[in-house]
Amino acid sequence: MPTVGVKRDLLFEALGRSYTDEEFNDLCFEFGLELDEVTSEKDIISKEKGEGKAEGASETVLYKIDVPANRYDLLCLEGLVRGLQVFKERINLPRYEKIIPAKGEGQKMIITEETVKIRPYAVAAVLRNITFTKERYDSFIDLQEKLHQNICRRRALVAIGTHDLDTISGPFTFTAKAPSEIKFKPLNQSQEYTASQIMDLYRTDSHLRHYLHLIENKPRYPVIFDSNGVVLSMPPIINGDHSKISLKTRNVFIECTGTDMTKAKIVLDIIVTMFSEYCEKQFTVEAVEVTYPNGKTHICPELAYRKEKVKPELINKKLGISETPSSLAKLLTRMCLSSHVTGNGNNIEVEIPPTRADVIHACDIVEDAAIAYGYNNIQMVIPKTYTIANQLPLNKLTELLRLDLAAAGFTEALTFALCSTEDIADKLGMDISATNAVHIANPKTAEFQVARTTLLPGLLKTIAANRKMPLPLKLFEISDIVVKDPTKDVGARNYRHLCAIYYNKSPGFEIIHGLLDRVMQLLEVPPNEENGYTIKATEGSAFFPGRCAEIFARGQSVGKLGVLHPDVITKFELTMPCSALEINIEPFL
Amino acid sequence: MSPSVAELLLQRLERTPPGPEGGLCSLEAAAALGLDHQTLVGAVKSLQALGEVIEAETRATTRWELSAEGEEVLRDGSPEVRLFRSVPSEGLPQSDAMKLPGAQVGFSKAMANKWLRLDKGAPGGPRIFRAVDAVQDVVQSSLRQVQEGNGSSLSERERTDLKRRKLLLEVTLKSYWIRKGSAFSTAVVRQETDLTPEMIATGSWRKLPFKAYNFSALGLPPTCGHLHPLLKVRSQLRQIFLEMGFTEMPTDNFVESSFWNFDALFQPQQHPARDQHDTFFLQDPAEAPELPANYMARVKKVHSQGGYGSQGYKYEWKVEEARKNLLRTHTTSASARALYHLARQGKFTPVKYFSIDRVFRNESLDATHLAEFHQVEGVVADRGLTLGHLMGTLQQFFTKLGISKLRFKPAYNPYTEPSMEVFSYHEGWGHWDTPGEQGLACDLLQSTQRTEEVGGGGELRRFPS
Repeated sequence: MPTVGVKRDLLFEALGRSYTDEEFNDLCFEFGLELDEVTSEKDIISKEKGEGKAEGASETVLYKIDVPANRYDLLCLEGLVRGLQVFKERINLPRYEKIIPAKGEGQKMIITEETVKIRPYAVAAVLRNITFTKERYDSFIDLQEKLHQNICRRRALVAIGTHDLDTISGPFTFTAKAPSEIKFKPLNQSQEYTASQIMDLYRTDSHLRHYLHLIENKPRYPVIFDSNGVVLSMPPIINGDHSKISLKTRNVFIECTGTDMTKAKIVLDIIVTMFSEYCEKQFTVEAVEVTYPNGKTHICPELAYRKEKVKPELINKKLGISETPSSLAKLLTRMCLSSHVTGNGNNIEVEIPPTRADVIHACDIVEDAAIAYGYNNIQMVIPKTYTIANQLPLNKLTELLRLDLAAAGFTEALTFALCSTEDIADKLGMDISATNAVHIANPKTAEFQVARTTLLPGLLKTIAANRKMPLPLKLFEISDIVVKDPTKDVGARNYRHLCAIYYNKSPGFEIIHGLLDRVMQLLEVPPNEENGYTIKATEGSAFFPGRCAEIFARGQSVGKLGVLHPDVITKFELTMPCSALEINIEPFL
Repeated sequence: MSPSVAELLLQRLERTPPGPEGGLCSLEAAAALGLDHQTLVGAVKSLQALGEVIEAETRATTRWELSAEGEEVLRDGSPEVRLFRSVPSEGLPQSDAMKLPGAQVGFSKAMANKWLRLDKGAPGGPRIFRAVDAVQDVVQSSLRQVQEGNGSSLSERERTDLKRRKLLLEVTLKSYWIRKGSAFSTAVVRQETDLTPEMIATGSWRKLPFKAYNFSALGLPPTCGHLHPLLKVRSQLRQIFLEMGFTEMPTDNFVESSFWNFDALFQPQQHPARDQHDTFFLQDPAEAPELPANYMARVKKVHSQGGYGSQGYKYEWKVEEARKNLLRTHTTSASARALYHLARQGKFTPVKYFSIDRVFRNESLDATHLAEFHQVEGVVADRGLTLGHLMGTLQQFFTKLGISKLRFKPAYNPYTEPSMEVFSYHEGWGHWDTPGEQGLACDLLQSTQRTEEVGGGGELRRFPS
């Protein structure tokens, strides 16, 4: 969930009233936002770097507001204020207008064939006669960063470049060139570098280094030139210094390049709808003509208004409310979805503005009606759905056995299902290839390399962590292990295992054996060879030679029990003899 | 048989006058009886255990004693005096002097007392000379006073000084002041500790005195096993679902395909949750060998082009992404499978489903992050269900948990619409806390082709881990 930081006083000024923190929190809650933190730059610095470093930092109160991940229209102060003001019916939703310049007068961007393999899409727009202040400018930069981090997927899907149009001259060319052929002065640098030098330059940059991998190994890097060969940007890494915007900039050229056309269009729509508020002709955007390699031209931005028809009964039926069509239309209008009743009252026509790309389905409209109605105003009802509950047989058996194992004097452990390869193989005297284990591709630490194939290591680690407790230690766990199984749709499956362990000055094989007898008694499996259970001498790498037996129930091998091998005990950093039992309980269902 | 120590003590005690003044000091009694004090204390304790035979009150007396080093000083004189005496009139090289036993302390003390002087410039190295003709060994005489039992005549300052030099020790001695008790008798009667089978058989218990129990002590802990506290909570939640008529869903596959974990739940393939750093992907088996072909085609269409009234996400949906195996990040994948099977039934029957099981997130382990936790999930599928029904079901569920004040916040979730987070008011903590997220599973049910019939489901997730 993205968090937007706004200055409280600026926010209240824009909202035209002030709130206590609690009142504002309540407003957020109702609207689906969360006032996450009330802080200041000074607070943030002193928390991160210590109090001494915060000296002289601003004490202006900041609100950190959590915004739902799909509401790109609320990622800046302008959008938040617009959304809340419309919600509170203090303003009407503005109408965003695309102005298409007369033939030959508008800006053009040409996309060349070379981009296809690396970053095939681009859209652009112009904000004319905009007035920046320090706060507006900061918000403009901040919104781009928020979009980059969220919908743009860290610039992988879309990268945004904004330029002072008065410093460059179209038509612009979006192409891709070999790194050695690209040379320009990157934003806020004092000299020119080639593209390869730029990559080296930013290798240690705390911010930009995260984007280098997006193009680094490609033979050609994307680049945008103006008609004089001035580099506007090398997306998705950096803009040129030449065209950088400042507080004095009056005309802004915005380009979004990417690998996902839909997202590029959304991003451009969000930027221009948010900041056209500061244009001389408020909420207007000048279109740019973008020509694709196939010769097709697009007039950007899209700024599409889409109309949907929703039945009032559908909304009432899904929410459990009974509002009139006109009142539902009013609720939707408060959510920036201009709506009115059509026909003889049996339809609501909803207009989805370009800011609400998240509305893709009728149920999104229903949800907005619910938010405007107030979730907490909906009457809670118990469904009349009549059903008979069933337990999953495997879990039912597990629950029954757990209680009886605890009653037999063993204490239940809950251990991780993930562990290191060492835990399930080397430490148990086995080769990892013999375990048939499921391997994780991207663990952050060695503790999560594989899914366990046995419960034993978890219990041994639990004992190691509790060595100070008085002896004997008697533990058990009934839980799942995972092994590869090509017959399953995902190629792996769980088995429910029961494992118990006895740790004391003497191995206590008879105690673990006694526990097995008790478990079999509970499962109503008698101790005999034909239709009951038997144990037969065997060898197991984890067990002391001559002290290991295989357990057969109704002719099927279900597990092993025995005295653990001294090497196993030592490898788990234990010092006492130990006996253990592990069986698969699924055959007993 | 010679009388026991306890009996000897009682005989002595009998001779003391009655009343508050009458009594014995255990130290004196031990000395008089020629016994070690500890032996006498043992007798006092055993008599105390008999009840009101005697009254004993502990007293602490402090006494000054010489340390081993103090004894040495008493015998041979203080180190400073010993050093002074070793220095002849023509002086002594400092290096030689320092080799004498106790010279380190002796030298600094003698210098401080101005008994000696040091000539650093003397030929052959620094040399020590006597600075006075004769000295008094005050330390030795003080120690002698202590030894003779007149330690109290020393000033406080002298004592602390000697204590600091580790020549004197302050010894605290615990003793008893013993008086006759209300049931005083010179004869020691042994009390029985507990009832025995013989006593019951012979009836001797009727005449025997029994030792009183100490009811303030704790009992013996039972030898038993325990259930894990978190799994006890799991059982409790499971019980609540069963009481509410919910049927348990199978969740016994930690390994899941991206298809069931994400795609079937309308989570687009570029969604951040599908990043390497949030989800555990598998190296082996890296891909799911089998996906439901028909269903997959419908899911693909909804994602890439839309359908069932949805605009879709309009991107190029790739089957390779859907095949990627992972450790399930939520049990909602199991719910998706359960609903898929429900949709494939010939005739729709209303259901209530639940599950509680492990899920996995790619985290580094620390005090507040675990890579595994348990998720609680419930689904109701029926015709004509509303958001009000979902909220009503949650209200009942939480009431059974002992939480009755709930607040619902709009939230975003790719696979439920409308979605909400539940906040519950914790009376003890005095603030709102968020135990769950839920919503009506709309798109999810849409692509299983049951829309016309199924109103929606509810979901409750992320219980304690």
